[in-house]
Amino acid sequence: MNRDVALVDCGGANIASLRFALERLGVEGHFTRDAGRIEAAERVLLPGVGAAGAGMGRLADAHLLELIPRLTQPVLGICLGMQLLYEVSSEDDTPCLGVIPGQVDLLEASPEHTIPHMGWNQVERRAESRLFDGIPDGSWFYFVHSYAAPPGKHCVGDTEHGRRFASVVNKDNFFGVQFHPERSGQHGQRLLKNFLELPWN
Amino acid sequence: MLARRIIPCLDVRDGQVVKGVRFREHRVMGEILDLARRYREEHADEVVFYDITASPHGRSVDRSWILRVADVLDIPFCVAGGIRDVAGAEEVLMNGADKISVNSPALADPDLIGELARRFGSQCVVVGIDSSGGNGRWRVHELTGDPSLSREAGRDTLDWVREVQDRGAGEIVLNCMNMDGVRQGYDIEQLCAVRDCCRVPLIASGGAGAPEHFVEVFRRARVDGALAATVFHSGQIAIPDIKEYLAARNVSIRD
Repeated sequence: MNRDVALVDCGGANIASLRFALERLGVEGHFTRDAGRIEAAERVLLPGVGAAGAGMGRLADAHLLELIPRLTQPVLGICLGMQLLYEVSSEDDTPCLGVIPGQVDLLEASPEHTIPHMGWNQVERRAESRLFDGIPDGSWFYFVHSYAAPPGKHCVGDTEHGRRFASVVNKDNFFGVQFHPERSGQHGQRLLKNFLELPWN
Repeated sequence: MLARRIIPCLDVRDGQVVKGVRFREHRVMGEILDLARRYREEHADEVVFYDITASPHGRSVDRSWILRVADVLDIPFCVAGGIRDVAGAEEVLMNGADKISVNSPALADPDLIGELARRFGSQCVVVGIDSSGGNGRWRVHELTGDPSLSREAGRDTLDWVREVQDRGAGEIVLNCMNMDGVRQGYDIEQLCAVRDCCRVPLIASGGAGAPEHFVEVFRRARVDGALAATVFHSGQIAIPDIKEYLAARNVSIRD
């Protein structure tokens, strides 16, 4: 298990649940916005709650906009952290990190599909990924978000809420999950464990 | 497809879980962490902790247990009770809660809802509404945690439901006071009326007593979640059983 895990400080308030989830796996996450610390970590988690503009603003303040796309170790974006991996978010027309091609857009509200998309929903597998080891196809994960990326080339799992959207992505060493693995029971815990144990040089 | 949520609510008073009948006559139901663990293991979809004495007595929730609960739970949890400002909400979230729920303080200062939504995002902000009435007209109540202080808040329920959404609430929990603790079923008429003007997730609270009540509230009132306390704490309805019952009746449920 990789023990040097950097949790990038995106300014979100509820980070404690992610730290506890890592502790349950025997890992202490270092909450940091220090570029050197992030670059040296074996694994990088990019969590995030709140709006895309504010999230990118905090990464800019910490001078991390150029560093993050250059990272070579496995990086996992969670919720807003996944959205920031894309090129642009229509939330406040925010240019994002550009690691994964595509645009993040608002989900469409309807009487059957309330926004925010809040609660447990199923992830359908679209491609093989080590992140899914030991997790049955169609497992339930906990979502809380209003914006989402369309299923595209790098989508390895998707979910339906009014329309289908990418709920798990992977391009090279960059991974993203739209749900909260730290609040998704045993399957979320397993996914985090899979990420931490990814073989990587 | 989004699962309908089964949500046990732990009413906390002085560090213990209690439950009353029609918001009165509270009795001790168990220890906070024991019940939190049990609901995690039973695959509850979320847990709500509600400090029923915080608002009426003008004090904040005792935060010391929030961290311990966050450590035990790997499912979402919401903390309610006595959150009056952004600083108080931030403390609760920093300690590991996923959502904060405001009720009486939002009635006293409706701007609070927008302040919380701007700071933490709407997805974090739940507004609890205690409501009673009938025949198409319902009124909001406040300070319901203490029978001696509980009173009508001077607002029509449907108007308040619309207002809190406009102000940034990301979820509404409707506590139907007529039905609370009496196990005769959810207040379907009221919940249907609220559903029709509620575009954010709606959680039904008050009245669950039998498995068919859950089927009825999901099918007829189309709520996103059903919250209950007594029937779960007492073991009268086990969460795995109610989930199986609902799934067999084609209600979308996380197993």
